[in-house]
Amino acid sequence: MTQVQAKARKLTIARAMAESIAMEMRTDDKVFVMGEDIGELGGVFGNTRGLYKEFGSERVKDTPISETAFIGAAVGAASDGMKPIVELMFVDFFGVCFDAIYNMMAKNTYFSGGEVNVPMVLMTSTGGGYSDGGQHSQCLHATFAHLPGMKVVAPSNAYDAKGLMTAAIRDPNPVIFMFHKALQGMGWLGTEKDAIVNVPEEVYEVPLGQAAITRTGSDVTIVGITSGVHHGLKAARELEQQGVSAEVVDLRSLVPLDRDTVIQSVRKTGRLIVVDEDYHSYGMTAEIIASVTEAGVPMKAPPQRVAYPDIPIPFTPVMEQWALPSAEKIVKAFEKMKENEE
Amino acid sequence: MTPTQEQELWMYRNMVVSRFFEETIEKIYMEGKTPAFNMAKGPIPGEMHLSNGQEPCAVGVCAHLNSDDIVVSTHRPHHVAIAKGVDLKKMAAEIFGKKTGLSGGRGGHMHIFDAQVNFSCSGIIGESVGVAAGAALSRKMQGKPGVAVAYLGEGAANQGAFHEALNLAAVWKLPVVFVIEDNAWGISVSKQASTAVKYNSDRASAYSMPGVHIPNNDPIEIFAKAGEAIERARKGEGPTLIEIETSRLAGHFMGDAEAYRPAGEKEHLAEIDPIPGFKKRLQDQYQWTEAQDEALRGQARELVDAAIQFARDSDYPAPEEALDKVFV
Ligand SMILES: Cc1ncc(C[n+]2csc(CCOP(=O)(O)OP(=O)(O)O)c2C)c(N)n1
Repeated sequence: MTQVQAKARKLTIARAMAESIAMEMRTDDKVFVMGEDIGELGGVFGNTRGLYKEFGSERVKDTPISETAFIGAAVGAASDGMKPIVELMFVDFFGVCFDAIYNMMAKNTYFSGGEVNVPMVLMTSTGGGYSDGGQHSQCLHATFAHLPGMKVVAPSNAYDAKGLMTAAIRDPNPVIFMFHKALQGMGWLGTEKDAIVNVPEEVYEVPLGQAAITRTGSDVTIVGITSGVHHGLKAARELEQQGVSAEVVDLRSLVPLDRDTVIQSVRKTGRLIVVDEDYHSYGMTAEIIASVTEAGVPMKAPPQRVAYPDIPIPFTPVMEQWALPSAEKIVKAFEKMKENEE
Repeated sequence: MTPTQEQELWMYRNMVVSRFFEETIEKIYMEGKTPAFNMAKGPIPGEMHLSNGQEPCAVGVCAHLNSDDIVVSTHRPHHVAIAKGVDLKKMAAEIFGKKTGLSGGRGGHMHIFDAQVNFSCSGIIGESVGVAAGAALSRKMQGKPGVAVAYLGEGAANQGAFHEALNLAAVWKLPVVFVIEDNAWGISVSKQASTAVKYNSDRASAYSMPGVHIPNNDPIEIFAKAGEAIERARKGEGPTLIEIETSRLAGHFMGDAEAYRPAGEKEHLAEIDPIPGFKKRLQDQYQWTEAQDEALRGQARELVDAAIQFARDSDYPAPEEALDKVFV
């Protein structure tokens, strides 16, 4: 983590993101924001709050519900020298405009032989846990990380959110910025308190593609991103009571992916559990396990993953809560590993 | 096309049932969610989009449909579901996430499916239109009677899918009717700020289909215009686009304080509530008495209460059932 002296000022992820955007808008008039309900309302999750008042409707633009058009437009504007920050409320909605994302935003740099870059940030909410049903609760990390040409970041706390957002805006490449609803600091979504941390007032960057060791340990490495990190930290606290020392790695971005930090950690602990709120199969969990395995890291037990089952996300809380990853499931996964060793 | 007295009473009754249902949901929704509002809490978790004020759009159209006809609705589905004859008990149980719900709690408020009456909806804006066009295509290809109706909001009319589906329906002369519920707001963005034309019904001309504008949320006028459109569709004369200026009496979803909405607009909302107006019409037209009204309301209340009680009394599904029904 780039260490900047943090004053004792706690912010939510939502406020940290809005602050970072405002600071970049003040110094770079090419930066502008557009999306649904991001103007006067300040975004349904609050991460553009205050911007409309400060910068007005020319630079903070509410859009029609026309995602194909406004995400395509962001690609056009970015290719012509602007730096759009676009919000599309829920990652689940990206289907209606996916072509603009994965065929244009992500590929135009390549098609132009690097001549045309697309410096845009596309931000969106992820995650469930509050019974919003199968079209409003997905994570879909892997869907975007799988397709080349866009960087994919997902903070687990407000410090990282501000620094990653600044880095994302300044990055000459397209970046998907995924913020988990339950970490946003919106009370009505039942907020994870550990995501609300000290945030420096000054501008700083958290470089894209650098994982953080959030907790050091020697017996097992728990790797996660966004909400998964918090499950990992809770599990680590529980394991500690059993005398097990767990290291927690926060990937912070999926593209670029900091495989080295993970590999080094597993070399030290010899055990690996990967946590993700995205679907189980073909996902981030598999990618991390494959990367460590390919690197030939000796492990004391087969690695484990704790991910969302391969089912649409059910509405009813009894089913959804059962299906979500949790600290308990991570602890169980560790116990299973220990059994395999014996 | 004017409704018979029986049809008018059917429409009125369904509007009242829908209103009672939503008022009850509204109260229960807040259980366990206060003092600090938390969407995950209480017997009805998740987002809740109420349709009170928009009941005429449901009854005026669905009065012409039977259970074989197809309706694809939106994220704001209750009034339309009720008018289409969706099982009220099972819908209530679904909204509560119970085992007895339409999908056993898998879908929830934004994903109401009742195959018995050919009703479905989606929480993704603008996606009802393609599905309805496809259902209409299926009827045409199979030589089966019936029409499909897609509901959408005025905000959704700016989606690509809307324009593509209209063109497809017109080119293939499909038996489908597109019904825009124009409540003037797409969450916090006004129609004026998002839509280049004054009336979405004008967009129909781009697809060579009739575009009908209904300015007053009047169930009788909606009945008349929808009747013509559905008749056209049934006769094989192709699709129609109808836009109804209606009103969302509550916030976009529960918890929305509507700070973006001009105060003047909010104040006069109660005056444009379509239910008292309909009652007055019944009184003028059919000497509808207070006693009759009380009786109708009593029956509606009973229906709603029974549905809500059923939902409350039902069990939750077993958590592992989450794994079922991904495939058949
Ligand atoms: C593709 C997509 N984009 C955005 C949203 C978020 N969203 C939900 S409701 C809504 C406003 C819809 O407005 P309108 O179509 O007018 O219907 P209303 O809510 O007024 O009934 C938006 C933007 C969504 N659900 N799906």
